[in-house]
Amino acid sequence: MSKALDWLFKNLALISAISILIALIAIFAILFKEALPAIQAFGLKFLVNTKWAPNMDIFGGLPAIYGSIMSTAIAMLLATPIAIGVAIFLTEISPNILKGPIGTAIELLAAIPSIIYGMWGLFFFAPYVRDWFGGNGLGLLTAGFVLAIMILPFMAAITRDSMNTTPDVLKESAYALGATKWDVVKDVVIPFAKAGIIGSIILALGRAIGETMAVTFVMGNAHKIPKHLTDPATSIPVTLANEFTEADSDLYYSSLFYLALILFVISFVVIALAKFYFLRKVRAAK
Amino acid sequence: MRQRKIINIIIMVLSTLAALLGLLFLFWILWTLVSKGMSAMSWDIFVKDTAPPGMHGGLRNALVGQLILVSVASLIGIPLGILAGTFLSEYGGNSKFSNFLRDISDIMMSAPSIVIGAFVYAILVEPVGHFNGWAGAVALAIMMIPIVLRTTDDMLSLVSRQLREAAYALGAPKYKVIMQVVYRGAKVGMITGILLSVARIAGETAPLLFTSFNNNFFTTNLNEAMSSLTVTMFNFATSPYEDWIDLGWAAAFILGAFVLFVNIVGRLIIRKKVK
Repeated sequence: MSKALDWLFKNLALISAISILIALIAIFAILFKEALPAIQAFGLKFLVNTKWAPNMDIFGGLPAIYGSIMSTAIAMLLATPIAIGVAIFLTEISPNILKGPIGTAIELLAAIPSIIYGMWGLFFFAPYVRDWFGGNGLGLLTAGFVLAIMILPFMAAITRDSMNTTPDVLKESAYALGATKWDVVKDVVIPFAKAGIIGSIILALGRAIGETMAVTFVMGNAHKIPKHLTDPATSIPVTLANEFTEADSDLYYSSLFYLALILFVISFVVIALAKFYFLRKVRAAK
Repeated sequence: MRQRKIINIIIMVLSTLAALLGLLFLFWILWTLVSKGMSAMSWDIFVKDTAPPGMHGGLRNALVGQLILVSVASLIGIPLGILAGTFLSEYGGNSKFSNFLRDISDIMMSAPSIVIGAFVYAILVEPVGHFNGWAGAVALAIMMIPIVLRTTDDMLSLVSRQLREAAYALGAPKYKVIMQVVYRGAKVGMITGILLSVARIAGETAPLLFTSFNNNFFTTNLNEAMSSLTVTMFNFATSPYEDWIDLGWAAAFILGAFVLFVNIVGRLIIRKKVK
């Protein structure tokens, strides 16, 4: 009796564990199947075609791909140095009493739902971008800013964790030789935590490129490659969010799945890279 | 020598400014949520359904819809996640297969949520022919499983080996040891992990946009389109109507308060436990 229950429990657990693998494979398979008509119609030219005209059944993915890449690039350029600064503050500068509360505050910022970042971006942040940089406040630049603020806490938290893995002995010996704090950070902590820091940057990049709600509010939703960073644009997730329920032809619907497939492949590669090559050490240390 | 010290001071000041900047944005966003949300709060929000602009509606249908979607997602996601995490920790250990599944679940955890929405649309909405609550709940469950799996896995691995060995020595079968000894030892951590995963999916919007969609009427029927706080927030905040936008902020406040509350409580419990 208890042998049968043992067998049952083990296999239930096994099936549950495998279900995660099945889900991953199923997502790839279903996205591919749904995208197939568009893949057959447009082939890889979809990736470079800039025209998106649902009324003529012409679909090109470049504006959305371009918007995803540009908004992510802006976000990464802004967030990376600041996140590293925050991490340096939390590991080396902050008095011990403040480490906990500030660290927790940064982590809480990471827990706020992205739709709230989007609403705040639209009503409170976009006007500043409009006043300072021109345009109507909605476009790649605002999306990049909001994304940067959204991924900043996430990056800072992982970077701090990997910096914290530096053995104190190493730091102390450097200080004993007369190194300044920055010398220690530059020559001991950062080299030691390098893999983790790169991993956190790549993981944040994956998050930014797939982020939907934080940017849908502020992207402006225009299906063309914008001339200026302040012009309205679109990205893959924004296109999906805005147009999925409106797709009225089979090719339209299939083209949206083609975009979803591209996004999934990009983020899969990015996340896998971060996890398999860079974040191993951080995980092992935890 | 002097130069080295000056550079040091500059970098230290910049790092401190970076931390202040991060906190500034935290308080700015929190202040926005509280000031806009509180001023839009009223009793009507909990007893009236969403209404056309100018009709003084509330959020009852969205709140109930959200509660149902998250509950059903939890009923699917929590047991599956716990069982899967149990397998990795108790049976797989550090085998190649277990580590492979851990990597897969890390990837699933970071997969774009809108892609999961599109996937669920293709398997549960399109074949049925209309948006439905089940699809929304399944999309959320798919996002939840890897989170529960990883926390369960981590928490179970913290339970001491001696405790298990003591139970085995008494002749208990493995499943009993896991359920009555290991789970009990890891209970606090597991519950916290589950709470955090619930908070996480409660804030998700993208996977609901084209699965449960939205519904301006009160429903508890999972076979129909179902409204949720997040999708209502999205629709109302992007509308041109002043009173809808206010309701959107009220929804944001309720959601934000819930998510932050659960996170703070979760952290407190974990900290206490670790000490």
